[in-house]
Amino acid sequence: MPTPPLLALRGVCKRYGVVEVLTDIELEIYAGQVVALLGDNGAGKSTLVNVISGVAPADKGTIEWEGRAVPIKRPHDARDLGIATVYQDLALCGNLDVVGNLFLGREIRRFGFLDEVEMERRTRHLLERLTKGVPDLRVPTVSLSSGQRQTVAIARSLLCDPRVLLLDEPTAALGFEQTREVLDLVDQLRDRGLGVLLISHNMGDVKALADRAAVLRLGRNNGFFDVNTASQEQIISSVTGATENVPHRMASHESRW
Amino acid sequence: MRRTADNARAHPTEPTEPDTEAPQPSRGQVFARAVARGVDRQVAVARRKLSAGELGSLPVVLVLAAVWITFQSLNQSFLSPRNLSNLSVDVAGTGLIAVGIVFVLLIGELDLSVGSISGLAAAVFAVLNVNNGVPEWLAALIGVLTGTAAGTIQGFSFAKTRVPAFVVTLAGLLTWNGFMLYILGASGTVNLDEHGLVARLTSYYFTNDAVAYGLAAIAAAMVFLVCYQDRRRRKAVGMPYRSLRGIVTRTGVLAVIAFTGAYLLNRFQGLPLALLIFLAVVAGLDIVLRRTHYGRQIYALGGSVEAARRASLSVTGVQTAVLAISGTMAAIGGLFLASRITSVSQSSGSGVLLLNAIAAAVIGGTSLFGGRGTTWSAALGMLIIQSIASGMALTDTPAAVQFVITGGVLFAAVVIDSLSRRSQKAHGRA
Repeated sequence: MPTPPLLALRGVCKRYGVVEVLTDIELEIYAGQVVALLGDNGAGKSTLVNVISGVAPADKGTIEWEGRAVPIKRPHDARDLGIATVYQDLALCGNLDVVGNLFLGREIRRFGFLDEVEMERRTRHLLERLTKGVPDLRVPTVSLSSGQRQTVAIARSLLCDPRVLLLDEPTAALGFEQTREVLDLVDQLRDRGLGVLLISHNMGDVKALADRAAVLRLGRNNGFFDVNTASQEQIISSVTGATENVPHRMASHESRW
Repeated sequence: MRRTADNARAHPTEPTEPDTEAPQPSRGQVFARAVARGVDRQVAVARRKLSAGELGSLPVVLVLAAVWITFQSLNQSFLSPRNLSNLSVDVAGTGLIAVGIVFVLLIGELDLSVGSISGLAAAVFAVLNVNNGVPEWLAALIGVLTGTAAGTIQGFSFAKTRVPAFVVTLAGLLTWNGFMLYILGASGTVNLDEHGLVARLTSYYFTNDAVAYGLAAIAAAMVFLVCYQDRRRRKAVGMPYRSLRGIVTRTGVLAVIAFTGAYLLNRFQGLPLALLIFLAVVAGLDIVLRRTHYGRQIYALGGSVEAARRASLSVTGVQTAVLAISGTMAAIGGLFLASRITSVSQSSGSGVLLLNAIAAAVIGGTSLFGGRGTTWSAALGMLIIQSIASGMALTDTPAAVQFVITGGVLFAAVVIDSLSRRSQKAHGRA
């Protein structure tokens, strides 16, 4: 029997008021694989991330963790499972310093008080592994550069050794050097056995990094591709809607991978 | 002030770590040179912080100094032990309310109901104790809990309905004031027992000189021990740490202020109980805000509610608790204010009290935009406002001028807050 995927979405629907943003979404993320999530603006990519991370729980459908249906009703649930998220807007508190942001909601305590020394030590340790230019750990994150803030957001997601990492456009605001740093990091994480869901508009990144690509269009699945064999044109035409995949073929997507 | 040293640690662009330990100087080194170098470092740190928009409490202290020098030159008795002692007692009541306001400002909201709540709590206490013979401690406790309840109701409504807190508390302002008038009834004024527990809150002085000196020594020693312990732990795990000289200087400055204060207070009637309670509350809540998980949540909410929610913090819980704290502090402050005039009347908690409490927090450096500020800023801001009031009274200046000057200081504080916020952001983009 094949190992079940680390994380699987089965028929997930999400509506905001009367608008159905996601309809019958299927998605599987395996350990040690990078899945690219592609789609045009408004296709529902960020909503899907919010569903998986518990910020905006699904209305219908099930989420399976290692083959077992699990409820993800709030961010806490996702975190406890081992799902970490780097949001598109990074979700940092600009007034807190780097250490404060990294440990927000899971501070290390000593005699009931915050253990700043230990938190700072772990922060430094983690950041030194991720980047060459470790920022000043004690300035408010609002005064860091966007690249540094991205690094902080990624470091925070890795703090509790997650098993699935959701990256919502992690390189959109970065320069060349920093983009490469992030992509190298994602590569390392895959090698360590994490499942990664990577949202990106950059086909170059996707081609270089992803194992598989899932395309969303207007809130529905619109094709799954093996990035190594599918051509860039095939994927792009699926994103733009030049090729509409018939929904019932989704059920048998497993064989196509 | 507090953050100065923290922020200076581990700044990657500065090769000479301003606050970390340099190699131990040889015994022959000239003391003056060390001092000069220390000053140089401090200036460099200050300049960097200035450009980064982290002014800390320096401008506030400068304003306070300016106010004191001005009034001292106008009237020789301004800095007399008697006036300073009275000033310290006057600060306590409104200061406690301002400390509660700091919590609300930190999450980026405003509480307009604190004046009414302080009046309501005082009225509940007075009517229970004086008119109905309830024991004083119990009446005071019920009065404070009334404030807590009022704050909790407002906090919960705000958190659940997402109506801005200033609107919810504006409704509260009217409601609680109505309750107070109803409780006080037709007579309208209740005189407190002059020798009772609550009256003594602001009339009791520790006449024994040793109390003030002893507490000053204990405070300085505790600050030193905490800093030293922090340094030892950092050193042990190989992280940048503060120099011993820096710690000694910090503690030294604090000790000088504490002992000067103790000396002046002892030359009048000794340490006022009100001041002791006020300082203890400010210090205690400062620790809660900056050193506990709970306080960190409040700052996080002030930074970004959405980020806090995604970090799985209980947003509703924190918002409710913050307004509950504000209500509780307003009630305690109300008891102090009633104690000062040993009576509760229909005008309790009205007038400029609310505005002074909010102004104190903002003048002290708490940001109106949320996420920045400490309880000490409320204490400093209140000291400035009360100093202006006291100086005006001494120099027989009409109240009209006092309002204008306090307004000017408040305006300056808000502008500095806004500018430093902008420059902090610009600093990030650069």
